[in-house]
Amino acid sequence: MSAASSSPASHSPTSPGAQAARDDDNLKEDFLRTLRCMIRARILEEKLGSLYRAGGRIVGGVYLGRGQEAFSAAAGIHLRWGRDVYGPLLRDQAGRMAFGEPILDTLRTYLGTVTGPMRGRDGNIHRGRPREGYMAMISHLGSLISVVTGALFARRMRGDLGDSVGASSIGDGGTSTGAFHEGLNLAAVEKLPLVVSVANNQFAYSTPTQRQYACNDLVDRALGYGVRGHRIDATDPLACVTVMREAFARARAGEGPQLVVGNLLRLAGHGEHDDASYVPKAMRDTAEARDCLQVGMDQARSQGWADAEQLASWQAQAKREVDEALAQVSKEAAPDPFRENWRALSTPHLLEGAHE
Amino acid sequence: MSAITYLEAIREAQFEALRRDKNVFLYGQDINAFGGAFKATKNLGAQFPGRVFDSPISEDAMIGMAIGAAVEGARPIVEMQFADFSSVGFNQIINQAATLFWRTETPCPITIRLPSGGTAGSGPFHSQSMESIYAHYPGLVIVTPATVEDAYWMLLESVQLNDPVIFCEHKFLYYHLKADDLGQPMPLGKARIARPGRDATLVTYSAMLHESLKAAEELRLDGYEVEVLDLRSVKPMDTDTILASVARTGRLLAVGEAFPWGGVTAEIITRVSAEAFHLLDAPPMRLNSKDTPIPYHPNLWKSHRPTTATISARLRELLRY
Ligand SMILES: Cc1ncc(C[n+]2csc(CCOP(=O)(O)OP(=O)(O)O)c2C)c(N)n1
Ligand SMILES: [Mg+2]
Repeated sequence: MSAASSSPASHSPTSPGAQAARDDDNLKEDFLRTLRCMIRARILEEKLGSLYRAGGRIVGGVYLGRGQEAFSAAAGIHLRWGRDVYGPLLRDQAGRMAFGEPILDTLRTYLGTVTGPMRGRDGNIHRGRPREGYMAMISHLGSLISVVTGALFARRMRGDLGDSVGASSIGDGGTSTGAFHEGLNLAAVEKLPLVVSVANNQFAYSTPTQRQYACNDLVDRALGYGVRGHRIDATDPLACVTVMREAFARARAGEGPQLVVGNLLRLAGHGEHDDASYVPKAMRDTAEARDCLQVGMDQARSQGWADAEQLASWQAQAKREVDEALAQVSKEAAPDPFRENWRALSTPHLLEGAHE
Repeated sequence: MSAITYLEAIREAQFEALRRDKNVFLYGQDINAFGGAFKATKNLGAQFPGRVFDSPISEDAMIGMAIGAAVEGARPIVEMQFADFSSVGFNQIINQAATLFWRTETPCPITIRLPSGGTAGSGPFHSQSMESIYAHYPGLVIVTPATVEDAYWMLLESVQLNDPVIFCEHKFLYYHLKADDLGQPMPLGKARIARPGRDATLVTYSAMLHESLKAAEELRLDGYEVEVLDLRSVKPMDTDTILASVARTGRLLAVGEAFPWGGVTAEIITRVSAEAFHLLDAPPMRLNSKDTPIPYHPNLWKSHRPTTATISARLRELLRY
């Protein structure tokens, strides 16, 4: 299987391959950073899943990115905390970690402690630190693309865009929203440095892609928006790293938005409440159903970039980090309704009293 | 200074906002060289190069973009071509902008200008008053100027606020309403006694203020002094000023141009009934448009919304009780 397949010729002339990759030190570094984020994300998410199943501590749902770590992290490693703008979505634990989100932010938001960035006001994947370029998703799919675009727009207007770049992600289902279309079109019209990754994981909750779109391949849409398209086998971490490098480099170089479509299969339920019994058995045996983490660890070994011992030590370290963070967050306070200020405006004199 | 219209006041306020603060920019359909569908941004693109941008017809993305820019410290003013089209950006307004500060402590200083309300012949999709819908959501400030002075000063103040503002400017007032000068600023959030009186309190806002003032004048000929309050902003709503007036008059009529189910007038009545029931000498009343979409033909349109005649009739009913 080829390591990377970029978009159809009309979209992307380069066709980076694994062979060339072997000679490239930067590629090795990017790959290993990606892989470590994948490992950390998987271990953290396994903990979240077990906390959910145990019950009692996580309020609300748990949405995991199992199988999508390579695609997510390969984008996240290109984003610099405080300098770039990131609007991740529900299956981007790995990308968030690659961007620099601490494990504590994840756990504090899932457990709803007051110490977290959302302070119990919002939960699970709905978290961020907007002033640091880390947008906090609302549930409404597609709606962050224009927000990330706006942050880039403001920087350019002020003349301090520099080499900053924006990234946002979405699923196959989310591409059907009007917001996705409006946001990508606007970014294209403004030719802003935005990378939009579409994780085409074959399902939107239970809905298969045939009920979501009628084009052959989502990457074909790039042409219609006037943006460059890239297609990846997203179960292949080396391909993800190679193609994302190109996409981010092109965005930073002023070539405008990049649409990166990664094909894979969602290896979890929609959320942990969902057994995904609607996924046909035959689909679980296809190449799309490969676990990118397994593939990535094999690639690391076969490239001679990390041996089994090294990989095991990274796993052990991630596990320690997660356990320590969880122990800490477990001691932290839940929000107190009597201390909550119940204010939705930042301007105190415009707040209304209670008139219920 | 020669007479200035409500529309010119809005243009002047945007000029001043752009002049004062480099972080202010304008975003909307046809607003740059063309100057906007109503010319509310006429010449601003030339006067402030690189600060006035034409947007695609994408209300959702327009608001989303403004929110992202605001996170970065910009203070965008977004023009909806008509208030009615803000429904396409509704999600971004009520879910993204309105929740941002509460969720993340990140202020969201965006001002969304909504050319609102009815003018004859505009029909169901170019006549709507959306203030009640947006006022329902926590995290938004809803401004409804009825005067040239307020159009100017409250727009300037809106741009300076660190919260999202829905600025409902009334299209009927654009050219009809003139003032000699821009007057003095009065803080947002305070209602104004537009006409003092002792027999009944009429609470209203935006274009309905002018119909209401004419109705109050009619009632004067019958010997009644109706106090007319201009809310100026429907959220926050200056309940204290309303209650103080009702304490003097004992009677309440709330008038609004929006649809009758729920909304601003219902909120006024709820607050007065709950907090000042003992002050009322008559059941509180309200008057809104009819409960149908807004008709196109002027004959129908005039009967759909409250007018001086229907407000006078309702006032008489209230005073007879
Ligand atoms: C506008 C909108 N409609 C419906 C939903 C409910 N919803 C949440 S996730 C989801 C499926 C998303 O599928 P996809 O975009 O393919 O992403 P995936 O879950 O596969 O990563 C749906 C329907 C939503 N969040 N937003
Ligand atoms: Mg999907």
